[in-house]
Amino acid sequence: MSALLEIRALTVDFLAPRVVRAVDGVDLALGPRERLAIVGESGSGKTQLLLACTGLLAANGRATGSVRFEGRELLGPGDAAAPARGRGIGFVFQDAGGSLTPHRRIGDQLIEVAMAARGMPKRQACDESLAMLGRVRLPDPGSTMNAYPHELSGGMRQRAAIALALAARPRLLFADEPTSALDVTVQAEVMALLDALCRDFGMALLLVTHDLGVVAALAGRIAVMYAGRIVEEGDTDELLANPAHPYTAGLLASVLSLSALEDGELATIPGAPPRAGETIQGCRFEPRCPRRRERCRVEGPRLEAGGTSRVACHYPLDAGRSP
Amino acid sequence: MNAVLEVREAAVRYALARGRTIAAVDGVTLSLAEGEIVGLVGESGCGKSSLGRAILGLVRLASGQVFWKGRRIDSLPRREFRALRGEMQLVFQDPHACFDPRMTLAESIAEPLRALAAGLQESARTVRVESALDEVGLDREIGTRYPHQASGGQLQRAGIARALIVAPQFMVCDEPVSALDVSVQGQIVNLLARVRREHGLACLFISHNLAVVARLAERILVMYRGRIVEVAARETIVRAPRHPYTRLLLDSVPDPHPQAARKLLAAVRESSAPLADAGADGCPFASRCPWVLARCRTSAPLLRPVADQQLVACHRAEEWPKGLTPAAT
Amino acid sequence: MTLGLGREALDALRRDRTAVVCLVVLGLLVLATLAGPALLDYREDEIDWSHMAAAPFEAPGHWLGTDRLGRDLLVRTLHGLRISLAIALAATLVSLVIGVAWGALAGFRRGRTDAWMMRFVDVLYSLPQVFFVIILTVVFGRGSFTILVAIGAFGWLTMARIVRGQALALREREFIDAAIVGGAGTARILARHVVPNLLGPVIVYATLTLPQVILVESFLSFLGIGIQEPLASLGNLVADGAAELETAPWMLAVPAACLMLVVFCFNFLGDSLRDALDPRDR
Repeated sequence: MSALLEIRALTVDFLAPRVVRAVDGVDLALGPRERLAIVGESGSGKTQLLLACTGLLAANGRATGSVRFEGRELLGPGDAAAPARGRGIGFVFQDAGGSLTPHRRIGDQLIEVAMAARGMPKRQACDESLAMLGRVRLPDPGSTMNAYPHELSGGMRQRAAIALALAARPRLLFADEPTSALDVTVQAEVMALLDALCRDFGMALLLVTHDLGVVAALAGRIAVMYAGRIVEEGDTDELLANPAHPYTAGLLASVLSLSALEDGELATIPGAPPRAGETIQGCRFEPRCPRRRERCRVEGPRLEAGGTSRVACHYPLDAGRSP
Repeated sequence: MNAVLEVREAAVRYALARGRTIAAVDGVTLSLAEGEIVGLVGESGCGKSSLGRAILGLVRLASGQVFWKGRRIDSLPRREFRALRGEMQLVFQDPHACFDPRMTLAESIAEPLRALAAGLQESARTVRVESALDEVGLDREIGTRYPHQASGGQLQRAGIARALIVAPQFMVCDEPVSALDVSVQGQIVNLLARVRREHGLACLFISHNLAVVARLAERILVMYRGRIVEVAARETIVRAPRHPYTRLLLDSVPDPHPQAARKLLAAVRESSAPLADAGADGCPFASRCPWVLARCRTSAPLLRPVADQQLVACHRAEEWPKGLTPAAT
Repeated sequence: MTLGLGREALDALRRDRTAVVCLVVLGLLVLATLAGPALLDYREDEIDWSHMAAAPFEAPGHWLGTDRLGRDLLVRTLHGLRISLAIALAATLVSLVIGVAWGALAGFRRGRTDAWMMRFVDVLYSLPQVFFVIILTVVFGRGSFTILVAIGAFGWLTMARIVRGQALALREREFIDAAIVGGAGTARILARHVVPNLLGPVIVYATLTLPQVILVESFLSFLGIGIQEPLASLGNLVADGAAELETAPWMLAVPAACLMLVVFCFNFLGDSLRDALDPRDR
């Protein structure tokens, strides 16, 4: 199976005011129709990873390495990613306002994309857009076509943004925290929508989030990022049931769920992620790791493959054993 | 019950363009005993933050009353309210926004002392700031930093230190962990629980995350569109809720277990988002309710006692003696 | 308290080469006005009978020539600059103090207080300044005090408007609510939270106001309403020089060039300060 998206040794640096490395040598691959979730907290570099892939980094950012989409290199000079953006690759932002132009009607925005990306005449683009608004289950597609973004609620705006992302029939959908800004009751609906659409349109999904609940529902594979690197990657069910990296285990343990209603203290990971730009020798998670030993302070662990998963840890958790 | 805080039929209104007003809080009654922690849960726009702010006098009530230790405070002139500030405090949602960017954290923490304990010597003040930092688990060095040099978790701890430094008796925590990373949320929740226990604080804990509220609060109020729709003890809310909205909230909490998560996806109802101001007379939840009757659209249910220590605002509340389970139809 | 962020702004400023040049030039000029006359041979009212209306470099000791009465032009220009700067600084300071206090209170209080206070500003704004100045001259007589009052009375208006806008925005920020919950009264909040956070735009505006004030004062003095003999500001010198334009052009050129240099430097500095203080670049 040839990879739809292949990321090799991707490194993202910011040059001003000081040199800060946000992403440090990431390798990832995604096949057609596959769904991969990148999980991490603030400072993990997950958003910068996504932005680098589509050429949307800030002016002082520099991406090196290789990102190939359908065999074509996206990290070239100039704006090499531009042809893929919006056509092969669709983008859904955390804040729907990011993709919807505030001063134009939603219908106009959808029609414009359909005409530009798929070369349709206007009439056909109009019908397609109306149909798409129905596909994203907006209650009144007709009036939504004529509405401005600020006239819709947050959940409805996000659905319209998804419709916009799909208007060009991309093969790959990038989603950056698509449900984080939404109410919890609306989150579930939008998640279900993404699930159905990816299936119906045969799209691959690269999802970036900090929410493990979203990941569990949507993704087939998970890559966990910490301080710019991937620390663990594997099949969703496997990883969530038997995390190998102590950070993954800690993250899972600190998710507040209703299933355990004890009065005791919550499990947490002490300390905080390293600040951007801090150079660390050895494992970056070491200061907070309950399993750390001398070797961890000195030598940074490398991502090693074992079966269908990879983990970057000198002393990973064994399957079936608690930390 | 020795109620230290009492809110009666409080309403907060905001003016929209063209003379319309919207009721952010629409007739809320609640009370808090000394040292009790009560959770207020609801989604964005339901008015819970407005209620918290109204109690603390940051926002004016359109109608209703607030009583603190038996004394009416909602209509107090500014100067008299200030004298009470030492007794009631607030922990803010956005730790980055609630600090003056031009003051160090230690200076910000010391501010309430300067305002409310003006006679205190500088040295005494410094001692109290340092012990506040210790109590919330912050290094003294962090006190010398500016807000933009500290992480979200550190800032939130500093916010708690600032609230505690005047030794209040009541604290409103307005979404204190929503803006934090998952791995840091637990730290702050633990800190709040410990601090509350050690100081015997009464606490109103506001959040949209039912899982967090269920951790901390003994009694939970569920709020929807400015009204309280259910009040019950924690176990009852989680295991035997009687209001459809509470059921919906419970079902929507994301679960990191793949089996459960996928079941949630399959079960989610594709209801459309509610329209604003849908029908002034009926139940505000009618347009989203899977158990709706014709009656629900014409008459708004009142919050009434349904079982032991449980209040529900639903016409059909009595139909489910064991509460609403996901399978109930 | 404000120094932490001020240091970052200073760093940004240091990197802007033109701003540094302007700062150096202004510094040298101020130094010249203070120390210069003492170092030069002639005093500003000293008449050199033997070298009247001498061109620059013609007469010994008179580097930039003399005026019609034989007074050294360089010394007179330096003195003129000193007076112009002094008036400008004083007037700007008055505008700043009144404008900031007025605007901060109005913006913070919002509602009716704000409406009345800003309506007052609007009314004053609509009065023609020159007309007002003439009336003041009639009441107080001509002289430096009159212009100070005249310029100060109008200078604070725009400052108040700018500060009020900033204060309105600041009022919505959460740390103000935090201060209220912490028991601070209006005065304390204004002094410790509102004004320090306004200082950025205020300083920028003040730096841009200064050259405007110099020009206004020069204009009034040029008209004869401002500074009177024996004192002479740059405006007076320009007026004198304009009368002699055909026969002794240096009498106009020297003070005019000095005026332009000062105004230019302040304007440039103000622009650079605004860029340096822009929070988005941090």
